[in-house]
Amino acid sequence: MAKTKVVVDPITRIEGHLRIEAQSENGRIAKAWASSTQFRGIEIIMQGRDPRDAWAFTQRICGVCTVVHAVASCRAVEDALNIKIPANANTIRNLVHGMQFIQDHVIHFYHLHALDWVDVVSALKADPAATARLAQTLSPWPNNGEPEMRAVQERLKKFVGAGQLGIFTNGYWGHPAYKLPPEVNLLAVAHYLEALDWQRDVIRLHTVFGGKNPHPNFLVGGMASAINLDSTATINAERITDIADMIKRARVFVEQVYWPDLVAIAGFYKEWGAIGGGVPNFLACGEFPEADIRDLDKLYFPRGIILDRDLTKVHEYDHKKVQEFIHSSWYEYSKGPEAGLHPFEGETSPKYTGPKTPWTYLQDEAKYTWMKAPRYEGRPMQVGPLSRMLVAYASGHPDVKPMVAETLGKLQVGPEVLFSTLGRTAARGIETVLLARKMEQWLGEMISRIKNGDVATFTGDKWEPSTWPAKAEGYGFLDAPRGSLGHWVQIENGKIARYQCVVPSTWNCSPRDAQGQEGPYEASLQDNHPLVDPERPLEILRTIHSFDPCMACGVHVLDAEGREVVEVKVQ
Amino acid sequence: MLNPSRYAWTDTETLGAHLESRGVSRRDFVKFCGEMAVILGIGSTAAPRVAKALQSLKRPSVIWLQLQECTGCVESVLRTAEPTIGDLVLDVVSLDYQHTLMAGAGDAVEKAKQAAMAANKGQYLLIVTGSIPTKENGIYTTIGGRTAKDVLEEAASGAAAILALGACAHWGSIQAARPNPTGAVGVRDIIKNKPIVNIAGCPPIGDVVTATAVHYLTFGRLPAVDGEGRPLFAYGKRIHDQCSRRAHFDAGQFVQAFDDESARKGWCLYEVGCKGPATFSPCPIFQWNTRTSWPIGAGHPCIGCTEPNFWDTMTPFYGRLPNVGGFPVERRVDTIGMALALGAAAGVAAHGAATVLTQIRRRKATHQVPETSGDEGERHG
Repeated sequence: MAKTKVVVDPITRIEGHLRIEAQSENGRIAKAWASSTQFRGIEIIMQGRDPRDAWAFTQRICGVCTVVHAVASCRAVEDALNIKIPANANTIRNLVHGMQFIQDHVIHFYHLHALDWVDVVSALKADPAATARLAQTLSPWPNNGEPEMRAVQERLKKFVGAGQLGIFTNGYWGHPAYKLPPEVNLLAVAHYLEALDWQRDVIRLHTVFGGKNPHPNFLVGGMASAINLDSTATINAERITDIADMIKRARVFVEQVYWPDLVAIAGFYKEWGAIGGGVPNFLACGEFPEADIRDLDKLYFPRGIILDRDLTKVHEYDHKKVQEFIHSSWYEYSKGPEAGLHPFEGETSPKYTGPKTPWTYLQDEAKYTWMKAPRYEGRPMQVGPLSRMLVAYASGHPDVKPMVAETLGKLQVGPEVLFSTLGRTAARGIETVLLARKMEQWLGEMISRIKNGDVATFTGDKWEPSTWPAKAEGYGFLDAPRGSLGHWVQIENGKIARYQCVVPSTWNCSPRDAQGQEGPYEASLQDNHPLVDPERPLEILRTIHSFDPCMACGVHVLDAEGREVVEVKVQ
Repeated sequence: MLNPSRYAWTDTETLGAHLESRGVSRRDFVKFCGEMAVILGIGSTAAPRVAKALQSLKRPSVIWLQLQECTGCVESVLRTAEPTIGDLVLDVVSLDYQHTLMAGAGDAVEKAKQAAMAANKGQYLLIVTGSIPTKENGIYTTIGGRTAKDVLEEAASGAAAILALGACAHWGSIQAARPNPTGAVGVRDIIKNKPIVNIAGCPPIGDVVTATAVHYLTFGRLPAVDGEGRPLFAYGKRIHDQCSRRAHFDAGQFVQAFDDESARKGWCLYEVGCKGPATFSPCPIFQWNTRTSWPIGAGHPCIGCTEPNFWDTMTPFYGRLPNVGGFPVERRVDTIGMALALGAAAGVAAHGAATVLTQIRRRKATHQVPETSGDEGERHG
């Protein structure tokens, strides 16, 4: 078979705009290019604003992981101004971010990723009774009975029979890479629908503390939701009960639906444990502070770096070793196109040099994306659930290590399968289970503090700009659902002088650098990767979705001064 | 809120399928159509034709474009309760193009979109989230190798109506905040020849979106709108006029600092920057996420996200709208609102003056804000 040029644009079931190009040969992918096709300019917009407003602006980087930029921004400003937030505020942020993880990962599995593995049309052929029997061997979930399975199948039949396939139009149904029996497909479709209802319920935790979701409200110095057991307008016993119930329903769904489904489906696709490994380096900045954020030993998911898949050593992470490059990106640097800049000295001037639209191919272009290339000591790094679980596993984490071992045991595979497309998807499930169990403990700790009379949620002594130094800079980190996130802020005379973010999808979707090192998406697609039918690129979706791309997050502008945006000339 | 699935035979499914699910056989159905044909005076031989026409009534096609955006508006719609997103996608409409949920990718979905646009030309509902970058020939957002502007213009040309969903599609939002590096604009700045409803907010409440869609599908027309193109059923009132903390404003009881004693009593957030007096929004009434709470209810001031240019006119967010010089309880809220709006313009962000003032004036011009009534109750659209 000849070499075939493949373009998949738009990549669907992700956040934002992503284009994948590839060259395939004899059913394998030889080369791949990941191109981010959106640019918004939010950091230019940040310049000159009040640092206390920054969380709201940066939150709008992404409405899917709607918590993460807001919290990272608060942390960056709090770092710059040396603000220590009250314990209750830290716990509330953990609960809000924890529920973000749980809800986001479940949505990712069922609504963004599942259709890569689940053939909806095949579910029509399933025997509902057999489906129920199978489901009941996997889990005690009460909605797995035959009547429920039959009802879902009837609804699906009616939907397909009406001839309007809607979101399922032109799916890759019947593709030879689909391997699940009809009954497993039906079970997954049933839970696809149940998860839609479940997510709407549990995310209300954000509404209790932040007033709404998406885009709940945050506050530099703590949280705005005051605690008073004797008021109708604050966090009180009624609200706490509501939250406790949500946390319980979240845990039960994760333990009885999401996790059993993930393990069952993974069992049919074990070969994907040897596909799509890609970049062998993993970065986790750590998350869920159980004390002050500056106490780096008290992060529930630890910080660290794994190099060359070597799990015997966890290296220290130092944000000063992060640099961004623009060798393949539509930007220019004052220090030349091959310079690498740390975010505190970062600059960005967009300079589009691609072909005129509409595009045919970008793969022959020297520059092909709006995404920059972050590197750690010159190395491309994977970030996300797999990085977190590998760092925790290699650190001997008391919850992660047994959970990983148990999972590998269930699937009857060795730890080497972690470095794969399947490994990324499994790691996401593992951390969701652990967080779903952790939430109850965090809420319990806050209740204990309230019992002891500590109801503080905000530290106001540095609220007024008159208390700030003339110049300050801060680094806010947060390990988000999709991976390590950093916000860097510089404040001068009460205003933002420079604001920069290096976000998970910038790491994972980074393009080639001057050394020719591919970014994680690209390297994974080039690692033992099948593509049976270039017209129906199902396998590409599997690996790209295993990263859970969030493109709006990945693309940003880092203009130091915010005023000299170079005019772009389409050439 | 309306839930069409609770009504007998609506647009939720073909009539044939609907009757069949209720135990009406095809033979009975054709017989019924024969009787109807006679009653209508077109002769019983026309029965099969009538049956075919009725049976082919389909769920209306919806095409959803996601342009320069953060996907928060999609997520907000995923949170709707009545109808749920599952009901909406499976029973109410035929969602023929939507990036976040579609199974296929690349060429497969672009072909699906082209087919749906051709088959439903002039009839489909176009939903747009995200702004449209216009600088540098629109290169800042491309889909399938084409610019957002190009994609929008093509899809709009065959649409019956457009829902511009969220602040970005409404007026550009965060991308259009000063200095608007990509030249981002809203749908109304590009498309001039189609009815457009703006579902304002960053993001809007999901239930407002589905209620607007259901309004269109149930009553066959778009809801009445204000001068900003926002449906009156949702955006007809200021937050300040419906706020659960309003009594504290009238009584002069204000939070002076977050988490102070008055914050713990749930007093008015005006002094810590609340923009409720200058913001038309359904938040206090619809509330968020199955009516769980809303921003002011959870102790944070309103940031005014349903108003155009709020990133520039409402910032700094914690800056107080200027003092209106005492506001006795009996004073008309409109007067206070106008004074606050003027004050906001002067005190918070100078260049916001025109915008905020225009909003009030426009409403007065279109009789959305009564000129006289001292009553702070119902407003009439």
